[in-house]
Amino acid sequence: MKMRRKKRYRSTDVLFQYWSAFCALVIILVMAGILAELAVNSRLSLREFGFGFLVSRDWNPVTRQFGALSSIYGTLVSTAIAMLIAVPLSLVIALFLVELAPPALSKPVGFAIELLAAIPSIIFGMWGLFVLAPVMAEHVQPALKTAFGFLPLFQGPPTGIGMLTAGVILSLMILPFISAVMRDVFAMVPPVVKESAHGLGATTWEVTRKVTIRYGAQGLLGASFLGLGRAIGETMAVTFVIGNDHRISASLFAPANSIASTLANEFSEASEPLYLSALIELGLVLFIITLLIQAAARLWLRRLEKGAGVK
Amino acid sequence: MKMKFFSISAVALLLFSGLNSSCTAPSPAADPTINGAGASFPYPIYNQWAYQYQRTTGVMINYQSIGSGAGIAQIKAKTIDFGASDAPLEKQELDQAGLVQFPMVIGGVAPVVNIRGLESGGLNLTGPLLADIFLGKVKNWSDPAIAAVNRNLKLPAVDVTVVHRADGAGTTWIFTNYLCKVSREWQDRVGNNKSVSWPTGVGGKGNEGVSAYVQKINGAIGYVEFAYAFENKIPCALLQNQAGKFVSPSLDSFQAAAANADWEKAPGFYMVLTDQPGENSWPITGASFILVRKDQPDPAKARAMLKFFDWCYRSGPDAAKKLYYVPIPEKVFTLVEKDWAENLRSAGKPLWP
Repeated sequence: MKMRRKKRYRSTDVLFQYWSAFCALVIILVMAGILAELAVNSRLSLREFGFGFLVSRDWNPVTRQFGALSSIYGTLVSTAIAMLIAVPLSLVIALFLVELAPPALSKPVGFAIELLAAIPSIIFGMWGLFVLAPVMAEHVQPALKTAFGFLPLFQGPPTGIGMLTAGVILSLMILPFISAVMRDVFAMVPPVVKESAHGLGATTWEVTRKVTIRYGAQGLLGASFLGLGRAIGETMAVTFVIGNDHRISASLFAPANSIASTLANEFSEASEPLYLSALIELGLVLFIITLLIQAAARLWLRRLEKGAGVK
Repeated sequence: MKMKFFSISAVALLLFSGLNSSCTAPSPAADPTINGAGASFPYPIYNQWAYQYQRTTGVMINYQSIGSGAGIAQIKAKTIDFGASDAPLEKQELDQAGLVQFPMVIGGVAPVVNIRGLESGGLNLTGPLLADIFLGKVKNWSDPAIAAVNRNLKLPAVDVTVVHRADGAGTTWIFTNYLCKVSREWQDRVGNNKSVSWPTGVGGKGNEGVSAYVQKINGAIGYVEFAYAFENKIPCALLQNQAGKFVSPSLDSFQAAAANADWEKAPGFYMVLTDQPGENSWPITGASFILVRKDQPDPAKARAMLKFFDWCYRSGPDAAKKLYYVPIPEKVFTLVEKDWAENLRSAGKPLWP
């Protein structure tokens, strides 16, 4: 009797094991499939431009000269601006929610931040175009120009449409993700550790800086990379406000383009084979950039893990 | 435990296959749905005509505005019943792909400006000056070249911001076609295509994107299909036409440009209406074309499609004029229908009349 029951449970277990392994394998197959599809369809462009594609600034559908440099530059710079704004802000918000806010305040604020994450990106794009762009054009950019106009970063006409506005919108979009994860990381710091620091006479700020943040450093890094991954692929919000110009300018006020915005704009009309192949190669470049960033994140996290003390 | 697992998975599989089969099961076709796709330039009027046609006859026409290039690609790939393009195909390409082309509607592209401090008194521009602005050679609205053709206007010293299309578009094709005709430098440096390497400026997505940017940026100049300029009340610039007169975009000036076109001699109805002669002609006028396969696989569907186009020619002009499109004149659509009778076949049998 007992033996028969055991056998029944075991076979279901095995079945479930195989089924879940299969599902996991499907994910890997899909990813490999996407990579293969991108590589195969960009053959034409790879053959035509070779490595020069990555360093060429041209983007001319008439003479059929294509290059990814302006798109790669736009993607990286807009993401960098977004991270520069979002990461410190998220850190402060997460600390506020965990350490300083009374529960009556932290719950609604936390909820509001999570709601921000639920807003569709195209709404962000529209809001950016109709609300943020005029604000940037009339207040923020002229102020930056008068204060820092000697830097090439802040020169040129303040139209409100360009790299800077795109970076700001992106930062607002990744803020909720990063702060939600950071808040969870801080919440996991054992109270014993914090209290012992307080017991030794440390101020709130010292505890925060030397204990909480240091304890959760890995998690903070992981949270930032989560935001980075989201920002790098963000399409619609960026397309609305980045200005879609295939040029590399030193100024942040100038229009630019990102890989995602170029694909969104030009894919449906690109009927010519080389043009299409160049766009798909752009997609391949973005895919590889994302993979590289993920790999870098893992390596960095592993290094931190080795150096971590308290667990 | 095991029974539960199996029974749940069995139910899930059944549901899945049931859903799948119901999705793929063909519904009995009452009237055929005709699928078309292509240019966004004529999208407002095609949509309106499809709606009105369905109300009167019940036949559904489904038009998707995905862009001229995609429309051409899809009709060549035989995935849709008719394609729409603002850039006409040459006879060679038509023959190679086995397509028949005909004009459906005529519209105009208008340069729109937003200069705060300028009363909507109408800014005058000449073709070469427009090209220079879009080339980035004229950087400020107080430039003497602009003042030279606008002696009675006081233009503020605002930077010029060029707004162009970020996506590939028939509207861009028509606009760059005109610029190539009036500026040698434009032709050499940039060229005529649905998507070009713009020397300067920001790109908006679609006519809507360009309108939005122009309205938001002080000192902006862009180009949009006229209906967008009119609906959004964005001031248009006047252009000097071939006869030397400064005309503003309107139904009359588009009609004047189309009036002198010699459609009879145009192989495959290939006709570009930019920079046409005539006192009142609007320089940036363009026709939008429909592409259908020469050899139709389904005669009933093909006849229904041709009946729709015939209805658009005969009963469509009022709706077209309301949306600022110029309908195709009768003597031209008579030529088109003659072409249908001569060239369109299904399994060797003629489809029209």
